[in-house]
Amino acid sequence: MTPLLAVHDLHKSYGALAVTNGVSFTVAEGELHAIIGPNGAGKTTLVAQLSGQIAPDRGRIDYAGQDVTRLDMPGRVRRGLARSFQITTLLPGLSALENVALAVQARAGSSFRFFRPAAAERALNAEAADALAEVGLTDRAYRLAGALSHGERRQLELAVALATRPRLLLLDEPLAGTAGEEAERLVALIDRLKGRVSMVLIEHDMTAVFALADRISVLVYGEIIAGGAPDQVRANPKVRAAYLGEDA
Amino acid sequence: MSAPRLLTRPVAALALFAALAALPPVALALGDPFLVVVGGRMLVFAIAALSLDLILGYGAMVSFGHAAWLGLGAYAVGVLMRWGIDDLALQVLAALAVALPVAALTGAISLRTRGIYFIMITLAFGQMAYFFFVSLSALGGDDGMALTHRSTLAGLRLMETDEGLYYVTLAALALAFAGLWALVRSRFGRVLVGTRENALRMQAVGFRPFPFQLTAYLISAGICAVAGVFLANQALYVSPAYMSWQRSGELIVMVILGGIGNLTGAVAGAVVTIALEEGLARWSDHWRLGFGLLLVLVVLYSPGGLTGLARRLTGGRE
Repeated sequence: MTPLLAVHDLHKSYGALAVTNGVSFTVAEGELHAIIGPNGAGKTTLVAQLSGQIAPDRGRIDYAGQDVTRLDMPGRVRRGLARSFQITTLLPGLSALENVALAVQARAGSSFRFFRPAAAERALNAEAADALAEVGLTDRAYRLAGALSHGERRQLELAVALATRPRLLLLDEPLAGTAGEEAERLVALIDRLKGRVSMVLIEHDMTAVFALADRISVLVYGEIIAGGAPDQVRANPKVRAAYLGEDA
Repeated sequence: MSAPRLLTRPVAALALFAALAALPPVALALGDPFLVVVGGRMLVFAIAALSLDLILGYGAMVSFGHAAWLGLGAYAVGVLMRWGIDDLALQVLAALAVALPVAALTGAISLRTRGIYFIMITLAFGQMAYFFFVSLSALGGDDGMALTHRSTLAGLRLMETDEGLYYVTLAALALAFAGLWALVRSRFGRVLVGTRENALRMQAVGFRPFPFQLTAYLISAGICAVAGVFLANQALYVSPAYMSWQRSGELIVMVILGGIGNLTGAVAGAVVTIALEEGLARWSDHWRLGFGLLLVLVVLYSPGGLTGLARRLTGGRE
């Protein structure tokens, strides 16, 4: 069976610095594939290339059997390849519900409609409310995104990504800046999504990664130095030396 | 937590429109018919400021060449009048027929840039339009063209009196306001506002902002060109000065003074700016100094402009 995502020999350099240096990996349908690596390993640059935010210098990205290397971010999102951001990227002046409703609107019919108030569209609001309920933000629906707490913004970031109805979700450090109960709630949410949505998870929290991932790739200086099931990766001496040594 | 009301009623706007509708009889009662002419200028610039607020306030596209559309609309009247076509509807169509293709071209180019570069490129296009008409001697060049009479409406000389012109302009303003009021709350408006808030977020949910921004730019240019049609009727005169960058700057000032991204604010900003222009000019030749001071105070102490100030004083939403 062809994998849902197949990355072939991806390269990206900024000047002399090779940030992505021959990265290849695959994600099967339904899999949660974690990518770990120390700071500066090039994880966010990799997500940016997978999502279409920046173009790779070389290599190919196949998604759902099609070459999407040249497709822009909106085009990939419409095919079900969506992402969340490490640095919360929301519409601060709009309510939480409106933030999610826009994601629903993007795939539900034309947005070249000029007269009917969007806030009165039940179908948009109902789906948006479902996504908010999924992440546990129902009681924050009418609060401005900019007025939410950090943890709530992380939840909203996920709700917006889910509202695009992704087939493959790229999660760029969804736990960034959260701790304790907030982090646990997000981990539980990602765990619930497993099986329903395929995911590429970039994350620093090793406990979360080893609890959630089906497979792990280890990225160091732009190269994948090891990959496999969590237990194999944990036992890999190269990984222990390069990375896990920090907290193992 | 309950849902906020879906459509906050434009109470402030309705009050403003009621006051504007009452202006001509009040002016006549006061024995100062010139106030109707001043009021007419307020209405024309209110339409222009509304159109600018759509792209500047809701779309975060700061156009510094917006007066070009005002001028193109005015020249459409001048040229058609010369050909003996006095009908307002035909003049409006002609204004749109000229402004929209030009806006499509300049908009498509300008929207490749962001921020300060967008300001500069729209300024450059505005100045190109200005100098084009300055050097076009067939249309009077720098001297412009005087009109002998005002436009007719369905064959009627409704706009020949100042009051008649005033109320037709007021109707156009009300139409523009109502249309934009719906538009900024529609699906289209939401995409525009979302792109203002964070373009990357919009792309990440699957929107390509460009066609939405370009459409907003076209709607904005079209409405402003219609304002130009009324401006020509107000002044009975068409000149390149309508397109100068100072005029574009004045439109931006009106929007900021009234409150960016607030349609009522755009109308209020135009009304107050013209009122101060006339009022302060009667009082002193150096009126711009006082006006500048007021603008500084508003920007420093009330970022939401006059409407933001009014909202805070009344404790209401809008």
